[in-house]
Amino acid sequence: MITNKLSWKIGGEAGFGIMTTGYIFSKACVRAGLNTFDFTEFPSLIRGGHNTYQVRVEDREVHSPVKSVDILVALNRQTIELHEQELTPGGAIIYDSSLELERKIRPDVKVFAVPFLDLAKKAGGERLMVNNVALGVSFALVDFDLKTLLKVIEETFKDKGKKVTELNKAAAKEGYDYMRQLKPEFGHRLRKAKTMNRMLISGNEAVALGALKAGCKFIAAYPMTPASGIFQFLAGYEREYGIIAKQTEDEIAAMNMVIGAGFAGVRSMTCTSGGGFSLMVEAVGLAGITETPAVIVEVQRPGPSTGMPTQTGQEDLRFILSSSQGEFPRVVIAPGDVDECFHETINAFNLAERYQIPVFILSDKHLGESRTTTKVFDTRKVRIDRGAVLSDAQLRRMKQFNRYEDTKTGVSPRSIPGQRHGIYTATSNEHGESGIITEESEDRVRMVDKRMRKMKFIEREMPKPHVYGSPHPEITLVCWGSTKGAAMEALTWLLRDHVKVNLLHLVYLNPFPSDQVKAALDDGQKILLIEGNATGQLGGLIRENTGIEIGHRLLKYDGRPIYPEEIYDKVKEVLRHG
Amino acid sequence: MVSLADLDREKEVMTWCPGCGNFTILSALKKALVSLKVEPHNAVVVAGIGCSGHLPNWINIYGFGGLHGRTLPVASAIKLSNHKLTVIAQGGDGDGYSIGIGHFIHTARRNIDITYITHNNQIYGLTTGQTSPTSPRGTVTKFTPFGSLEDPLNPIALAITSGATFVARGFAGDLEQLTKLFQQAISHNGFALVDVLQPCVTFNRTNTFQWFRERVYKLDDGYDPTDKVAAYRKALEWGDRIPTGVFYRVKRRTYSEGLPQISKTPLVKQRIGNVDIVKLVKQFM
Ligand SMILES: Cc1ncc(C[n+]2csc(CCOP(=O)(O)OP(=O)(O)O)c2C)c(N)n1
Ligand code: SF4
Ligand SMILES: [Mg+2]
Repeated sequence: MITNKLSWKIGGEAGFGIMTTGYIFSKACVRAGLNTFDFTEFPSLIRGGHNTYQVRVEDREVHSPVKSVDILVALNRQTIELHEQELTPGGAIIYDSSLELERKIRPDVKVFAVPFLDLAKKAGGERLMVNNVALGVSFALVDFDLKTLLKVIEETFKDKGKKVTELNKAAAKEGYDYMRQLKPEFGHRLRKAKTMNRMLISGNEAVALGALKAGCKFIAAYPMTPASGIFQFLAGYEREYGIIAKQTEDEIAAMNMVIGAGFAGVRSMTCTSGGGFSLMVEAVGLAGITETPAVIVEVQRPGPSTGMPTQTGQEDLRFILSSSQGEFPRVVIAPGDVDECFHETINAFNLAERYQIPVFILSDKHLGESRTTTKVFDTRKVRIDRGAVLSDAQLRRMKQFNRYEDTKTGVSPRSIPGQRHGIYTATSNEHGESGIITEESEDRVRMVDKRMRKMKFIEREMPKPHVYGSPHPEITLVCWGSTKGAAMEALTWLLRDHVKVNLLHLVYLNPFPSDQVKAALDDGQKILLIEGNATGQLGGLIRENTGIEIGHRLLKYDGRPIYPEEIYDKVKEVLRHG
Repeated sequence: MVSLADLDREKEVMTWCPGCGNFTILSALKKALVSLKVEPHNAVVVAGIGCSGHLPNWINIYGFGGLHGRTLPVASAIKLSNHKLTVIAQGGDGDGYSIGIGHFIHTARRNIDITYITHNNQIYGLTTGQTSPTSPRGTVTKFTPFGSLEDPLNPIALAITSGATFVARGFAGDLEQLTKLFQQAISHNGFALVDVLQPCVTFNRTNTFQWFRERVYKLDDGYDPTDKVAAYRKALEWGDRIPTGVFYRVKRRTYSEGLPQISKTPLVKQRIGNVDIVKLVKQFM
């Protein structure tokens, strides 16, 4: 009997509450003291719109989904057709008995044909309650705590009134009782664990929460999957937290608004995906030359062009790094999990204002939209640093205020419009120290040097890349951003197999931490590069910055996240064959 | 007291061609600000790219020279960040009516309380003479050697349709009227367009000061700018007679007035030191 280690997946037609149902399952597990990683898929090309919600549950922290599924709940036929192969031997398939199946289900899995609709009706409900029956059935199959489930259902539907709530609960109970009286024999069970201070949150939500905590007051964006969740979250708290969330006519307007707000002294951000960011590119350079703080969150999806709107990828690193003409300083941060999403967003706002530069948070669909269980964010160390903003008194005392004064760090103290003695003109043209346009070569060189000088100081204070695992590895895994989750899982499994392995995970990609990367890879070990793109973009950066050519690559660009199983297998293969 | 001298940046060399209509626009703007007693540090001018876009270098108020066609989003955000500021956006006809046309329509629709001045010279000045969206059909330039095949757009009618709450046309040959129009536009609570007929003495040899002087006339006291249908009728008048003045004016709630979160304190003045997110965190537990 396997306890507290389960991969559960529900699939059905879009528009029938699959996302809510999956969320309830996951949240109930978290309430019962377990850890989950949720993974949703809504392949946009399948007719009728087919959705799935997968929840991986364990009693230790989980960092990614797994490929395999132990329980598959099928509310439509497509779920069986598309996902039957993912079932582990001995796994269970629970399907709606009213579905007409064209062929037999795999003989090595347990099959439960459940009269979902009848049970829902028996509980006094309707077709919409079917999902709750499925939840009850699932909980009974793994012999789990019904009370917690009912409590979470109650919370989820409480806005819809007492009657609806009670019906939903009754449906879950009906499903639970139905499965119990079957006395099923099944190899997995879930047990309550000690409840800890945990939350279930997605990367997008964590970024939004980080932005709120950082004092972001203005967000401008144009809707685009998979970034919209960030805007939506903040828009919901516009009034309570005193922020302005502006939906714009396009991404060009969004980025220019972010700059306008930054110039006016307000912490501001935008969120988009690659296509929308393409429209922002010109304005990124405007932030660069006017030295206006800006935070840009790019939640990647596979391209080029429209690509696969609801899938994931890590294809925009090189694009972000060199977006916009000319040369100017920027910071690129790719958080690897929800905790990093929260804290790095706060860092992004501080860096943007302290160095008066555009700062990027590079996320992706997988990180942005998957919910994970994590410890409640520790905000005790959060500091808000607004950088060099001159006070009225300081400005008054100055003989002449030069907005772009050439300083040791390259950062010039700024004024905010409305300050009596701080009047200046910012401009997209090259300018001198006062801000007035110039094309003199001496001024030009001074300004470029001043701006680029900031990079050196950023580099000095930048957090170092993390290395996890064996101190003297025979193989090192290298990845960035959201791939951290799968790599951490694989690392745990490999260490358990006594493989000497470690993981170099990069969060800060610009300025590039050349020294630390070199030190981590210079041990004569084998190296495996893991990225969600076809060309090995980080691999290229590493070669460019350190001269190290990585020999082994696991590149995935099918729109799906990288799974720990794939990394595990690849490592074994590399070690076997050299 | 604010004086004209306070707004001067006489040290800076001006690069407009002698006789260019832009000089009048700059003078009128300064006079309007002085007459309205707007203190220089409480005013921001956001410029596009074009000859017209150089204006912020020569007026001593806060300035932001942005991208070609992107004045309005920048100006909108500055206004939303601190609605106590007087915010003016200005740029060329190419800037506002070609590359930036989308922002024009949407900013008007939102009724963001800013003033938008277009230096409409019916040509691209800075890029040395190409057709603009207000150039007449048949305009011959280096880019359209056989004459342009497009009809010009009508900024006044478009502004009214888009929801602008103050729509006016001025002429760079009439400093007095232009100053008054700027005063009214800046005082207006809402999105105000002043489209200025601005002769480009270098690249537009058709629409010269003389050409305009023979055609412009002022909308008189008998004209009712609150009558939308009349405004459309006047907006369509172009040719032998060209009306100037306030075409249309209406009271409508501004974008900022719909935001209770800034009704007491402008966004930029709100404290951000210690935002309490405990309640939100609970929601995820
Ligand atoms: C994105 C972009 N495209 C093209 C240009 C080149 N450009 C600069 S000004 C201008 C047009 C100027 O015409 P207008 O806006 O009417 O201003 P004017 O010079 O007549 O005042 C163009 C096309 C640019 N700066 N940016
Ligand atoms: S080119 Fe035309 S618009 Fe530009 S400064 Fe000269 S006269 Fe004025
Ligand atoms: Mg022009």
